Amino acid sequence: MSSSNEAVQKKGSTPRIEVIERYCKGCSICVEFCPTRVLEMETFVVQVVKPEACIKCMQCELRCPDFAIKVHTE
Amino acid sequence: MAYDYEKSIRPGKLPHIWCPGCGHGIAMKGLIRAMDTCGLDKNNTAIVSGIGCASRLPGYMDYCTLHTAHGRAAAFATGVKMAKPEMNVIVMGGDGDGTAIGGNHFIHACRRNIDMTYVIFNNFIYGMTGGQFSPCTPTGDKASTTPYGNPDPIFDISKLAIGAGATFVARTTAFHATQIDKLIAEGIKHKGMSVIEVLDDCPTTYGRRNKFRSVVDMMKRLKEIAVPVAAASKMTAEQLEGKVLTGVLYKEDKPEYCEQYAKVIAKAQGRAV
Ligand SMILES: Cc1ncc(C[n+]2csc(CCOP(=O)(O)OP(=O)(O)O)c2C)c(N)n1
Ligand code: SF4
Ligand code: SF4
Ligand code: SF4
Ligand SMILES: [Mg+2]
Repeated sequence: MSSSNEAVQKKGSTPRIEVIERYCKGCSICVEFCPTRVLEMETFVVQVVKPEACIKCMQCELRCPDFAIKVHTE
Repeated sequence: MAYDYEKSIRPGKLPHIWCPGCGHGIAMKGLIRAMDTCGLDKNNTAIVSGIGCASRLPGYMDYCTLHTAHGRAAAFATGVKMAKPEMNVIVMGGDGDGTAIGGNHFIHACRRNIDMTYVIFNNFIYGMTGGQFSPCTPTGDKASTTPYGNPDPIFDISKLAIGAGATFVARTTAFHATQIDKLIAEGIKHKGMSVIEVLDDCPTTYGRRNKFRSVVDMMKRLKEIAVPVAAASKMTAEQLEGKVLTGVLYKEDKPEYCEQYAKVIAKAQGRAV
């Protein structure tokens, strides 16, 4: 299966943000459109750095051209 | 809830071949959501394309698919629809495929008002073959074949479709991601020829040559140039300079081609019409 860096779920309302690293092409779209700076680029693959700041707007998932990021809200 | 795109994609087909930041992926997701909204049956829905980066899309989709010759998608799709009028037919492809080599098939499919949904991914360039200018490359912009700037005026695909007789015409951009599925879904539900133009981006062969610093810059540009039709009616010609209208641009009910053709068949067979 594809490797993924899944953010540790810290509290009930923090979603699990899944990045499918094998699909991510590092375009930065999700990083730029995230309103709360949850995501950062690191050597061409996106990293989830501040999952607790996620407001579940789904912008990253909606805009990713590569089916590489998913926000699991429950 | 994370959106389940995988159920619509053939197992093992991802990652797709499109470049980092290529808008075709965003448009594809919109198409998947629209097909879900309309509840299209995989076994009764054909997705037909020509050749180009955009036209690679059917290969990923777990539907009945047809990847044809460059520019010929509308012709093949017409054949599918005529042979199986009960099938949902989605045609898709790039601006080059649909309006250059395939321009003739495109306008005549519009003229016939055959019940298909044609989604054009307009990235203003021939992406696949290295960035030659297409009929949609903005005047003055650079392509591999217009190194001093493109002297040609463009085809406005939506206007062309309306002029040629399509009965549902809409336009949006890869920036307006949620509008993509809404407009395609409306097009699918419309009986007759629907054309949905999605302006997107080719960072590799168009963005680099035309001074876009990043994919995000290209997204912002799409946001800037788009004006919803309702807002445009209150704007002056000067304010509309360089803008493109988005939303449903045209909608009309007219006799559909397969139904008209069925009458011809009935007549020829001596059956009452
Ligand atoms: C008959 C024929 N002529 C030319 C080509 C070369 N060719 C392949 S794709 C393409 C243009 C694709 O541009 P577009 O439809 O805009 O798709 P994009 O790659 O930009 O998504 C051309 C000229 C071909 N495959 N077949
Ligand atoms: S859902 Fe919104 S807030 Fe959360 S990571 Fe994605 S873009 Fe950022
Ligand atoms: S938008 Fe998708 S492909 Fe681009 S960096 Fe984010 S996860 Fe990766
Ligand atoms: S060349 Fe352009 S259109 Fe083709 S995959 Fe790359 S970015 Fe997309
Ligand atoms: Mg193109």
